[in-house]
Amino acid sequence: MSGRVLVGVKRVIDYAVKIRVKPDNSAVVTDGVKHSMNPFCEIAVEEAVKLKEKKLVKEVVAVSCGPQQSQETIRTALAMGADRGIHVEVSGKDYESLGPLQVSKIMAALAKKEEAQFIILGKQAIDDDCNQTGQMTAALLDWPQGTFASEVSLEGDKVMVVREIDGGLETIRINTPAVLTADLRLNTPRYATLPNIMKAKKKKIANVKPADLGVDLTSRLEVLRVEEPPQRQAGMKVETVEDLVAKLRDAGKV
Amino acid sequence: MLLRKVSQTSAVCGSILRNPAVLSGSPRQAAMVLSVPTSRLYASQAAQAVLEKPAAVGSDAASKVEKKTVAAESKSFAVNMFKGQIATAQVFPFPKALNEEQEQFLQELVGPVSKFFEEVNDSAKNDALEKVEDHTMEGLKEMGAFGLQVPADLGGLGLSNTQYARLVEIVGGHDLGVGITLGAHQSIGFKGILLFGNKAQKEKYLPKLATGEHIAAFCLTEPASGSDAASIKTTAVLSPCGKYYTMNGSKIWISNGGLAEIFTVFAKTPMKDPKTGEMKDKITAFVVERSFGGVTNGPPEKKMGIKASNTAEVYFEDVRVPADCVLGEVGGGFKVAMNILNNGRFGMAAALSGTMKGVMAKAIDHAANRTQFGNKIHTYGAIQEKVARMTMLQYVTESMAYMISGNMDSGATDFQIEAAISKIFASEAAWTVTDECIQVMGGMGFMKDSGVERVMRDLRIFRIFEGTNDILRLFVALNGFQNAGNHLKSLQKALKNPIGNAGLLAGEITKRAKRKAGLSTGLTLQGSIHPELAQSGDLAVKAIEQFGAVNEELLVKHGKKIIDEQFVLKRVADCAIDLYAMVVVLSRASRSLSQSHASAQHEKMLCDTWCMEAHDRVMQDIKLLRSSQSKQLFNNMRSISAAVVENGGVVSPHPLGF
Repeated sequence: MSGRVLVGVKRVIDYAVKIRVKPDNSAVVTDGVKHSMNPFCEIAVEEAVKLKEKKLVKEVVAVSCGPQQSQETIRTALAMGADRGIHVEVSGKDYESLGPLQVSKIMAALAKKEEAQFIILGKQAIDDDCNQTGQMTAALLDWPQGTFASEVSLEGDKVMVVREIDGGLETIRINTPAVLTADLRLNTPRYATLPNIMKAKKKKIANVKPADLGVDLTSRLEVLRVEEPPQRQAGMKVETVEDLVAKLRDAGKV
Repeated sequence: MLLRKVSQTSAVCGSILRNPAVLSGSPRQAAMVLSVPTSRLYASQAAQAVLEKPAAVGSDAASKVEKKTVAAESKSFAVNMFKGQIATAQVFPFPKALNEEQEQFLQELVGPVSKFFEEVNDSAKNDALEKVEDHTMEGLKEMGAFGLQVPADLGGLGLSNTQYARLVEIVGGHDLGVGITLGAHQSIGFKGILLFGNKAQKEKYLPKLATGEHIAAFCLTEPASGSDAASIKTTAVLSPCGKYYTMNGSKIWISNGGLAEIFTVFAKTPMKDPKTGEMKDKITAFVVERSFGGVTNGPPEKKMGIKASNTAEVYFEDVRVPADCVLGEVGGGFKVAMNILNNGRFGMAAALSGTMKGVMAKAIDHAANRTQFGNKIHTYGAIQEKVARMTMLQYVTESMAYMISGNMDSGATDFQIEAAISKIFASEAAWTVTDECIQVMGGMGFMKDSGVERVMRDLRIFRIFEGTNDILRLFVALNGFQNAGNHLKSLQKALKNPIGNAGLLAGEITKRAKRKAGLSTGLTLQGSIHPELAQSGDLAVKAIEQFGAVNEELLVKHGKKIIDEQFVLKRVADCAIDLYAMVVVLSRASRSLSQSHASAQHEKMLCDTWCMEAHDRVMQDIKLLRSSQSKQLFNNMRSISAAVVENGGVVSPHPLGF
C-alpha cells in the first residue's frame, strides 16, 4: 500500500457569482468571471489532508484538469495542505467538451501511474451537477466505490464509509484501493491561510498532457442549447374560494 | 500654539523676493531670500515638519537624507505643482507596481481574506461586544493578518506596499474596527522596528509580532500633547552606568493599549548639545516590552466608533528600558514618529476606498430596487447625482492609494505631501460617501440592521487621528511653500550673476509675463495623458499654472509670515488636494483608455467630470486668495471667533429675547 491519495479539484465559477448565458446560447459566460474551487472538492481536499494529519496516508496529490488557470485551484489545494499537484492541461475545444467520462479516464490513468490507494472526489461539481466522475472512475479502475460519504474511517486495509442516501444513512465497508466521493456533511474545509499560501508556492505542480496518459478526450455529447431558467411569473392573491375557482376557470385549469 | 512654535524656528519661508518684477530689475533688491531650513521643527505629530526632508524609508537612509541638500530636485508631483511645474515621473504612467509573481501571489491571497471577512468576521457583533470576537482574533492570527509586511524570513508575508494596500482594502470594506486593530499593530505599532530597527531588534521582536502572538501599539499622544507632538512629557533618563533608561509618563488613546505586549514609545531624553554643552530634551523612540515591569493600562475607552478596537491609556512607571531598546538614534525620535506615520497613510486611503465600495453597494442596491412615485428611485436626478458623486470620490481615493503605494514600492522617498493628501482626501471622501449612502437609503440607512450607521460612526475618527486633517492641511501647504520658496531662492542666486544665467532668467521672466497675461506658459500634459482626455488635461494644466503663480504671490506678500496665515494655508491646501486628485485620475483613466479596458469610457467620464468641477474649485480659491475681499473675509472670521470665545458661546441674544 502506497498511502497515496489523489484528490480531484475542479475550477468552477464561484458559487456567489450570478451566472449569465452567452447571447448565442452556446454556453455560460466565463470570461472575467470569478472562479474558485468547487465546494465539494474543498471537502474532498480537507478529508485527504485530515487522513494525512492522522498519519493514515503518506501523501496527498491534488489533480485538476483544465486550462492554465486550473493551476490556481491546485495552489489553493496545496495551501490547504496537499503535498504536490498535477495539472492535466486541457484547453480550447477539448476543454469545452470535457465531461465526467474524459475526466474519469484521466483520473484512472493517473491512479495507476501514481499507485494511489484512494481517489477522493467531490460528489459533484456546482457547474454541471453531473455527479458521475467518481462512479465512472471506480468502474474504469474496477475499484470499489464509497459515494456521498458523510463519514470515512480506515480499518486496516478496508475503509468504512457512511453514505448519505435517500431517507437516511447507509454504512458500508469496502476494500482498498477505492474511490470515495465527498458529500456536504463530511467535514468543514479549512481556510487557506496566507502563510500557507506562501509556503505552497514552493510545492511542485507537474504538468501532464492527456496524450501522455494515453487518454482520448473525444466526447460523445453535443450541447445543443444553454438557456436561463424561465423568469418566475408574479403570483396573485385571491380573497375567497369563489375567486380562486373563477380565476382557475378563466385560465382553463378547471 | 502650533504655529507659534513654527514661527519661532523662522525657518519655513524667510523673506523672498519682494516683487516678482524685481526679476527684471535690480538684483540687489532681491537679496532677501529664504533661509535654508536647518533647525528642526517640532510642530506637531502630523505637521512635523514642514521642514523635515522627505521621509526616508529605512534606518540608515533616514540619517543620510537629512544631509542631502535642500535644493535637490524633487521628483514628487505635489512638490513641483507648488512651483507651477509639472513633474510627470511619479504620476505618469499610472504605476505598475507588481511583477508577475507578486501579482499572482496577491491574487491567491485576495480570495481567502475576502472569504474570511464574509464568513467568519461579524462586524455588527464586534461593534456590540466592543471587542473583536475571540475566534475571529484567533482566525486573523492564523490567517497571517498580523504580519503582512514582515519579511518572510522573520515569519511574515513580506508584502509590498501595494500588496498590503489590496488586502487592507478588503478589511476596510468589512470592518474598520478590525482594521484599526490590525493597523495599530502593524501600520504604526511595530512599523518603527521594520523601518528603523537594527538587525537584533528585528530578529528579536518581529517573528512573534508577525504571528500575532504579541500585539503592538504606538504610544505618542499624551493628555497635554496631541497635534503638538513635540510637547510630550514622558521622560526616559539614562542610568549613570549607561545600560538602561528609566521611563516615566502616561499616554492616552492608545489603540491596542490594553492588548499590546510591545510598545513603540516616544519620550524625552536629556541630551548634551555638542556645540553649546547645554542640556536639552530631545525625543527618542523606544521599544518597550510590557514584561519590563511598570507598564500598566487603563480600562478600554468608550468610543463613538471603531468600538471593536481596544483603546486605552498606558502608564509607564519607573520602567527600566535597556539601552539597546532605543529605536533609531538617541534624540532622533521625532523623525522616527513622522516616518512611521508618513509610511502608513496610503494604507488608510486603501482601506477607506474599500469602505466606500462596501457602503455604496448597499445604497446602489436600494436605489435600483426601491420604487417611489411609480419609478425606481435611481431614475431620479436627485439620486443620480449622489450616485455619480460617490462613484467619483471612490475612484479618486482608490487611484491615490495605489498611485502612492506604487511610488513607494518603486523606491520613491519624496511622497509626504501626496501621503498627507491621500489621508485627508480618503477620510473626507469616505465620510461624504457614507453620509450620502444613508441619505439614498433613507430611513432604512438610519437603522442599525442596514450596517451603514456603524460605518459612519467608525469613520468619524479618521479625520482626527494620525494627524488631524486640519494639521495635515497646514503640513501640505507649508511643505509645498518650502519647496516653492527654495525655487525662488535659486532664482535669486541666479540674479547675482544675471549674465551667466541669462537663459534661465529670461525663461522665468517670460513665464511670469505669460501667466500674468493669462497665456499658457507652455506647460502641458500632452504625451503623458491619453489624447481623449486632452480637455481635462488642459484644465489641470491651467489650474497648476495659476496655482504656481498664486503661491509665488503669496510668498512675496507674506514672506515668512505665511506660516501664520492659516486661512490662506487651508485654501492653498484645498487647491493642492484637488490638483493632485485631478492628476491621479487623469493618469488612471489614461491607462484604462490606452489598454482599452471595458470600463475605459466610463472612467473617462469620471475623470472629465471630476476635472471640470475640481478646476472650478481651484480657480475659485485662487480668485479669493488674490482678491482684497479675502482679507476682509478672514478678518471677519477671526473677529467672530474671538467674540464667541470671549463670551463662552454664541454672542447674539435669543430672537425671542430670553
